[in-house]
Amino acid sequence: MSNVPVNNGRRRFLTAATAVVGGVGVVGAAVPFIASWNPSARAKAAGAPVEVNIGKIQPGQLIRAEWRGKPVYVVRRTEQTVSNLAKHDDQLRDPNSEKAQQPVYATNAYRSIKPEFLVALGVCTHLGCAPTHHAGDFDQFVEGVPNGFFCPCHGSKFDMAGRVFQGVPAPLNLVVPEHSYINDDTLLIGVAQGDA
Amino acid sequence: MLMKLATDFMGWIDKRLPVTDAWNKHLAQYPAPKNFNFWYFFGSLAMLVLVNQIVTGIWLTMNYEPSGEGAFASVEYIMRDVDFGWLLRYMHSTGASAFFVVVYMHMMRGLMYGSYQKPRELLWIFGMLIFLVLMAEAFMGYLLPWGNMSYWGAQVIISLFGAVPIIGDDLTLWIRGDYVISGATLNRFFALHVIAMPLVLVVLVFLHILALHEVGSNNPEGVDIKKPKGSVKLEELSKFTFHKQYSDKYDIVDAVPFHPYYSVKDIMGVAGFLFLFCWVMFFAPEGGGYFMEAPNFTPANGLKTPEHIAPVWYFGPFYTILRVVPDKLLGAVAMFGAIVMLFALPWFDRGVVKSVRYRSKLHLVNLIQFAICFVVLGALGTMPATPTANLIGVIASFGYFGFFIALWFYSKNENTKPVPERIAD
Repeated sequence: MSNVPVNNGRRRFLTAATAVVGGVGVVGAAVPFIASWNPSARAKAAGAPVEVNIGKIQPGQLIRAEWRGKPVYVVRRTEQTVSNLAKHDDQLRDPNSEKAQQPVYATNAYRSIKPEFLVALGVCTHLGCAPTHHAGDFDQFVEGVPNGFFCPCHGSKFDMAGRVFQGVPAPLNLVVPEHSYINDDTLLIGVAQGDA
Repeated sequence: MLMKLATDFMGWIDKRLPVTDAWNKHLAQYPAPKNFNFWYFFGSLAMLVLVNQIVTGIWLTMNYEPSGEGAFASVEYIMRDVDFGWLLRYMHSTGASAFFVVVYMHMMRGLMYGSYQKPRELLWIFGMLIFLVLMAEAFMGYLLPWGNMSYWGAQVIISLFGAVPIIGDDLTLWIRGDYVISGATLNRFFALHVIAMPLVLVVLVFLHILALHEVGSNNPEGVDIKKPKGSVKLEELSKFTFHKQYSDKYDIVDAVPFHPYYSVKDIMGVAGFLFLFCWVMFFAPEGGGYFMEAPNFTPANGLKTPEHIAPVWYFGPFYTILRVVPDKLLGAVAMFGAIVMLFALPWFDRGVVKSVRYRSKLHLVNLIQFAICFVVLGALGTMPATPTANLIGVIASFGYFGFFIALWFYSKNENTKPVPERIAD
């Protein structure tokens, strides 16, 4: 062997070049396997907007709509509830909705287009359970606040604008989805105000 | 004549594949300490349960339909219309809980007798990897019946990955393959549950045993049965013949061959285990609502969260650690941290004495408080999150992590008892 001429520099270069090209090939071959886990075209198409009739909701009542397989809560808030919203700002994580959990047109004190109607995903921002609506008996969870949402899974609490209280596992306010009003009685979930 | 034929046949095989040699090396001439006790049943029992899971699992796939539309109904079909389908399913579901009972006991044994300490660190790590894969396997399997607890349990656990900064939301979308848990999620979990994870599991178990046989079995005394070559007087050597891979390197004392001594002992363990297993399987297959939870008898419904989401009992300890932390990211970190601590145990323990029998009172107390905290955390994980439960959960979590921290501090200069040279008769 000792008399075999070896060009070590060339051997190193060829080894490295083979390894690099082979590595690129492995990465390339991994792409289809990883990308096939993304939502399919069919799953994406199923995310179409939904219309909700809100004309018959009583003041204080909550109805559930389904959009992209998720529950959407629509609540007709009473005037009392709306005026109470400002009273517990100091107990909230994000009272002014600074985190982008809502469209720009719902970034206000009510987190909605119309103060009367709250439209929010019924999906806890902690681990995705559905918070329960407590009308009148929410003060068992937060003193002095009569209405709100309580998540039975891990005890997260939200007010009637979907804003999260401090000291609970959920980090963020409930998500307000893109929505708009076709007329006074019809809500369209999934399409932004102005785009419809 | 027949004997000679058999001998010739084995000779023919052995020239081509070392079957007899492997049999001797790992069974008939494997030196096992003579003082194994009750706690040493659980390794072989874990293998028995693994075989049970694989065999019953294969049979279940023959009638199960992995789709959002058909899964729930196909499980009902197996339970009602397939001959003995109910038995195969109960063997599989009871086996899942039994697997964790056995593995937790097996790990406790390791803690008590210091079986994770040098030179068995890698053996311990393979064991922990098995535990990790087992948890993934069990979690994915629980989605397959497509009951409402399957659905919401998966929703909660997959949402955990949303706690990862920046890529969290895309990551959960990628895992689910849809905007919510759907048939797409069910299908990929099915593929992983029946093919990918079992393959990994079998390979890891194989490596776990190879690593065990390389370093040799520990025992309740924590005394090494392999002494330096030439250090033991001839009349004190073990009377048995051991494979030369072991006896060429060491003088072996206080050992018996694994087969037939422990293979027979393990059959006793299997008999006792199967007695309990069958009792649960036939008389309480739902495990009082802990092995199969009540909401799982209704189909998955993405619009209706069960009143109280609890994981299956074996995830309880880690689930409690997750939810007592009032922060999403930190909660997930604490939960995964609890498992990382176990991985790193061989390096938290700086002591040289292995068995709790010869370690300090402090270590005994620490070990007992750890076991209690683990059980308490497990129990809390199945209960609703009340303020009292939360407070107890916080204390038990401190106990859990405190075990490792305290161990690191006192094990360096621990007040241990003298360890005997040999295992007493």
